[in-house]
Amino acid sequence: MTQLHTSAPTAGATATDAFLEVRNLSVKFPTDDGLVSAVNGMDFTLERGQTLGIVGESGSGKSVTSQALMGLLKGTSAQVTGQAMFQGKDLVTLPESAMRQLRGRNIGMIFQDPLSALHPFYTVGHQIAEAYLVHNKASKKQARAAAVDMLGRVGIPSPEQRYDEYPHHFSGGMRQRAMIAMALICEPELLIADEPTTALDVTVQAQILDLMSELQEETNSALILITHDLGVVAEVCDDVLVMYGGQCVESGPVDEIFYDTQHPYTLGLLNSMPTLSTAAGELNPIPGQPPSLLDLPKGCIFSARCQYAELVGEGKCAKERPELTVEAGHGKRCHLSGPQIITIRTSR
Amino acid sequence: MMTFILRRAGSLVLLLFAVSFITFTLFQLGPSDPAAAACGQECTPERVSEARVALGMDQPFFLQYFDYVRGLFSSRMIGAPGAQTLCEWPCLGKSFQTNENVADIIARSLPYTFSMAIGALVLWTITGVGLGLMAALRKGSPVDKFIVGAASVGVSLPIPVTGLFLLLLFVNQLHLLPFTTNEINSPFGPQGPGAWVANYLLPWIALAVLFSASYIRVTRTNMIETFGEDFIRTARAKGLAPRTVTFKHGVRAGITPVVTMLGMDIGLLLGGAVLTEQIFSVPGLGFTAVHAAISGDLPVTMAITMLAAFFVIVANVAVDLAYAAIDPRVRLQ
Ligand SMILES: Nc1ncnc2c1ncn2[C@@H]1O[C@H](COP(=O)(O)OP(=O)(O)OP(=O)(O)O)[C@@H](O)[C@H]1O
Ligand code: SF4
Ligand SMILES: [Mg+2]
Repeated sequence: MTQLHTSAPTAGATATDAFLEVRNLSVKFPTDDGLVSAVNGMDFTLERGQTLGIVGESGSGKSVTSQALMGLLKGTSAQVTGQAMFQGKDLVTLPESAMRQLRGRNIGMIFQDPLSALHPFYTVGHQIAEAYLVHNKASKKQARAAAVDMLGRVGIPSPEQRYDEYPHHFSGGMRQRAMIAMALICEPELLIADEPTTALDVTVQAQILDLMSELQEETNSALILITHDLGVVAEVCDDVLVMYGGQCVESGPVDEIFYDTQHPYTLGLLNSMPTLSTAAGELNPIPGQPPSLLDLPKGCIFSARCQYAELVGEGKCAKERPELTVEAGHGKRCHLSGPQIITIRTSR
Repeated sequence: MMTFILRRAGSLVLLLFAVSFITFTLFQLGPSDPAAAACGQECTPERVSEARVALGMDQPFFLQYFDYVRGLFSSRMIGAPGAQTLCEWPCLGKSFQTNENVADIIARSLPYTFSMAIGALVLWTITGVGLGLMAALRKGSPVDKFIVGAASVGVSLPIPVTGLFLLLLFVNQLHLLPFTTNEINSPFGPQGPGAWVANYLLPWIALAVLFSASYIRVTRTNMIETFGEDFIRTARAKGLAPRTVTFKHGVRAGITPVVTMLGMDIGLLLGGAVLTEQIFSVPGLGFTAVHAAISGDLPVTMAITMLAAFFVIVANVAVDLAYAAIDPRVRLQ
């Protein structure tokens, strides 16, 4: 890992040498119905050159986490607390004006639906050049050249012509390539991709993932890949973080999560994954509903749906929220002991 | 873009013919008998039929329409055979009341209507869009609530109420502004632009209060929706300055419904803001049309109706062109 040259620690910065270190990150939205606790104490670290996959059901807080890291919740009613140290700066407390300098230049972002994420009234090239111009002292001509070059690098044929076309002239895959070009034109050290392939068909999905991995290797950047798709995680990521109810319930290297699963929710998630041999209608979704974010359970957030709570006994799961315990880089948030988990895994 | 403009211009001409035909037909088939109106009091049946001949109304319908249209392209003779007079191009007939060329009457009224429309338009667009945008940017704040509240009051104030109130306050009580006069109908007149503004300020405000209220609502609603769009989040994620995000990315995308409204309102207003002109005694098209209608002066009423329709149609085409300039997707269709 080559994180050493990224930044010299600045005076007053917290003593952390991780590239990105998120500690106890929480996000709450005041609404008419009450306070929505969308993210509840997220912890993780990420090094340069690494890919972190974030998985979890719909509504588990994946997008909100990424928006908080991007500073996109600043200036809204959202209450963001905790810490997110990025190159010596705390993204949570950083003022909007300073955050703006980081956005696009040091942290890039790719969104789920490239059609709605691109502005319909400006040419694709203009939008990419615009991203270049905010952070670089360059003429319009230089920005155009940079954008054309970037369009070529993301595999868009005849980039010089496509520069002047509008998003509605592009196919879905080409649009997402253009989004990637826009996010990467300033060569950010951290790229956050929020379900970048969900809106695309399968063959295009693979191409886009390959492209992102390739560019990541070229620039040695860090990548946070948010997805529903555990298959994608297995293919692309180094580490995985499983989210449930705005919390990290399990995290660690991909292989460990897949083959040494420590959390009942992750087990359920893996079990619900369609494989080539499952026929349609034979999926095994986790029974029950995600918890209400307006009124989270006092104990384990997963307790209402967990079939192993009795194993812990004494109603502990319903009363006491488990801490995230990390052992050799593998974190879990569950009261079950290691041997209990192994018994569960082998018995199914 | 060029073919787009040409196509729109072509359909504009066709529409105008259709409108002129329909208006003409309606007035011919209408319940009022222009001939009876034209011959005045102490009418005998003979005099009515004389008048009918004089007005050309004994002719077959299509011939009358054809004659009327011909007047739009060249001068023509008008009146009973033997007593014909020249009606110079553009001929829209002659007033039953004064025998004046209708085109001259319109040319005289138009500057008043323009004067009133232009200032009101500028005033309400700036306040309506400006306040609507401000409210959208501060959604949920006291500023937003105040603006929304003011707009809902403004939209329910009828022109006669605001107009009379303004007159009473600024002219009668405070003596800050003069009574409106017929002598000023252009900022380039002998009295200068200052007097022009002073003369029309109250009608402008009265119209602006009414109109800007709905502009505030439409702007606010649409901008709030637009600011929630994904491409706005993308613009922020690029690190663009808030001003660029708001105006270049937000306003351009969210303003199209306002453009539509503006087009419709300009068209309607140029046709004559009847009430406002009445209250402030501005002898514009609306004022003239009302007086013509009351006295059964068919050629004047008809010409102003057609002109109003013309303005509405032209404004619509202008809206389409503006759309095409704003939204590249429109140009394809
Ligand atoms: N601005 C907001 N105000 C109130 N609640 C919000 C807001 N933004 C998100 N939420 C809530 O926060 C929760 C987490 O949302 P988030 O978009 O992060 O989920 P997600 O994991 O990305 O789901 P998906 O897989 O569907 O994208 C959801 O219940 C959502 O309703
Ligand atoms: S803490 Fe208890 S309820 Fe929560 S996941 Fe573990 S066993 Fe299940
Ligand atoms: Mg999401």
